[in-house]
Amino acid sequence: MNSISELRKILGSCKTIAVVGLSPQWHRPSFFAAKYMQAHGYRVIPVNPAAAEILGERSYASVTAAAAALAEQGQRIDMVDCFRKTGDIGPIADEAIAIGARCLWQQIGVVNETAAAKARAAGLATVLDRCVKIEHARLFGGLGWAGVNTGVISSRRPQQLPY
Amino acid sequence: MADDHAHGFGKSGEEGADHEYGFGTRAIHAGAVPDPVTGARATPIHQTTSFVFDSAEHAASLFNLQTFGNVYSRISNPTVAVLEERIASLEGGRAALACATGMAAQMTALLAILKAGDHIVAASTLYGGSVGQLGLGFARLGIETTFVDPEDPDNFRRAIRPATRVLYGETLGNPLVNVLDIEAVAGIAHEHGLPLVIDNTVASPYLCTPFAFGADIVVHSATKYLGGHGTTMAGLVVESGKFDWGSPLSRDKFPEMLEPSRAYHGVKFYETFGDFGYTMKARMEVNRTFGATLSPLNAWLILQGVETLHLRMQAHCRNALRVAQFLSDHPLVNWVNYPGLPQSPHHALARKQFRQIDGNPGASGILTFGIKAADPVRAGERFIDACEFLSHLANIGDAKTLVIHPASTTHRQLDEAELQRAGVRPDMVRLSVGIEEADDILWDIDQALRQAA
Repeated sequence: MNSISELRKILGSCKTIAVVGLSPQWHRPSFFAAKYMQAHGYRVIPVNPAAAEILGERSYASVTAAAAALAEQGQRIDMVDCFRKTGDIGPIADEAIAIGARCLWQQIGVVNETAAAKARAAGLATVLDRCVKIEHARLFGGLGWAGVNTGVISSRRPQQLPY
Repeated sequence: MADDHAHGFGKSGEEGADHEYGFGTRAIHAGAVPDPVTGARATPIHQTTSFVFDSAEHAASLFNLQTFGNVYSRISNPTVAVLEERIASLEGGRAALACATGMAAQMTALLAILKAGDHIVAASTLYGGSVGQLGLGFARLGIETTFVDPEDPDNFRRAIRPATRVLYGETLGNPLVNVLDIEAVAGIAHEHGLPLVIDNTVASPYLCTPFAFGADIVVHSATKYLGGHGTTMAGLVVESGKFDWGSPLSRDKFPEMLEPSRAYHGVKFYETFGDFGYTMKARMEVNRTFGATLSPLNAWLILQGVETLHLRMQAHCRNALRVAQFLSDHPLVNWVNYPGLPQSPHHALARKQFRQIDGNPGASGILTFGIKAADPVRAGERFIDACEFLSHLANIGDAKTLVIHPASTTHRQLDEAELQRAGVRPDMVRLSVGIEEADDILWDIDQALRQAA
């Protein structure tokens, strides 16, 4: 389980997120997690070979292809966010390491410890079995409406509105 | 870029773990950061039915649960949400949902996962109102309950059928103050892929956190110790976040946790919200549609109480133990039942499950006794009439000491067989020991006993 300070650092510094397995369907969790992150100032790079464009961004066949295209624009992928089965994460982790990503994030229900250990050994931060949207909302206030135990105790006035 | 990694957050293991705040700090702070707009330090009372949408698109996103935020106070409200998060924190749970009353919380907790044809196994010693809700109210909806003697946890196992979906009990029964072996019953529930729901009203999370013993869902009448001052009705449902609705033993029993919700926009609650999927389902499918929502003002009043929960529970436990010892030694008292007394059959379980207060198991403030008299039932009634400041009313968990005769009041709707099954003796007087001066409580009990016997 990642600490609050670690998650704050990850979400505070990873501004470009490759979302692997991003669905173009509005009711899928990957779509609305990505939509939420986009609305909160993050750039979402879809990785889905079956789609041409999702959420107004070009979709790529792989993390490697996405990173190459972004490099041409002088940009980099900070986080690789995985909406894929646990068994599929190994090669994605390899790609994340190869492109110099800073974080390998596995979504709810995705728990590939081997891939996480490999990413950690390569210097990446890792998160398992968590939703990037839920964690962002937990730490920056948006989840307050849902009665979730955020673990946040603070006497400082939040510097952004929760929603 | 490589340097970036080395000096960034790469080494997860080296990050300092989060500071773990103690109960008293969380009782005051959890869920309540300063208001982002005004800087108000106390929790504002958001007395509003509705919340404006920024745009048509924002509205659609909120309704689809794609964006987090408030829409309508029947679904969620920022003041109520502070109470929800605070109790989730105090229980060591993942998320909570507030309801209008404790009975509403119990109904919401169960209807979130039950439908016609399903079956509950519940302790026979539940609060009389709960026996009524399950045994009569739910029966009308086609949900059947088997009540079992909780003294032997195996009684729960024996009553489980293919249609059973939940086991249900109380940390401390009311008014029997019997202690449930939560760990044993949770083990039986989990063997069958079922969640264990525990009513933790009488213990409060300060004395016992049922999740620590394997319970999966906790319900509260916050009207009692959480509010603590006898002013406000409220209830809560809390989820541990540890029950796996998708496990091989459970997935066929709870398809509605896994499949697209017909009652809410095709959302798959467990897949989408993970370890607070149950709370979201209870909020969207039960509280939103059945409407037993807590008002913001009542949430705020309960929050005021919760800030002193840890201090009050210590005082309740100390006073109750003194009263129990006093009654045990009193020549006009026939019997005393309080799990904080070493002679109680539940003392060992109390020691295991409850926080220690002054080296004794903190067994909360409820105890029962019978008066030594030719007609003990009449003597009980006379005792209540003779009290000077002990209040005769049908509540528990007030700062004031309360007294009642259950057989003629709270448990009046039960017939003789049900009374016997609930363990309610006809001569039983129930005390909810408050936090007044212990000497004054003893004085009032003593003078009333002398008049009654």
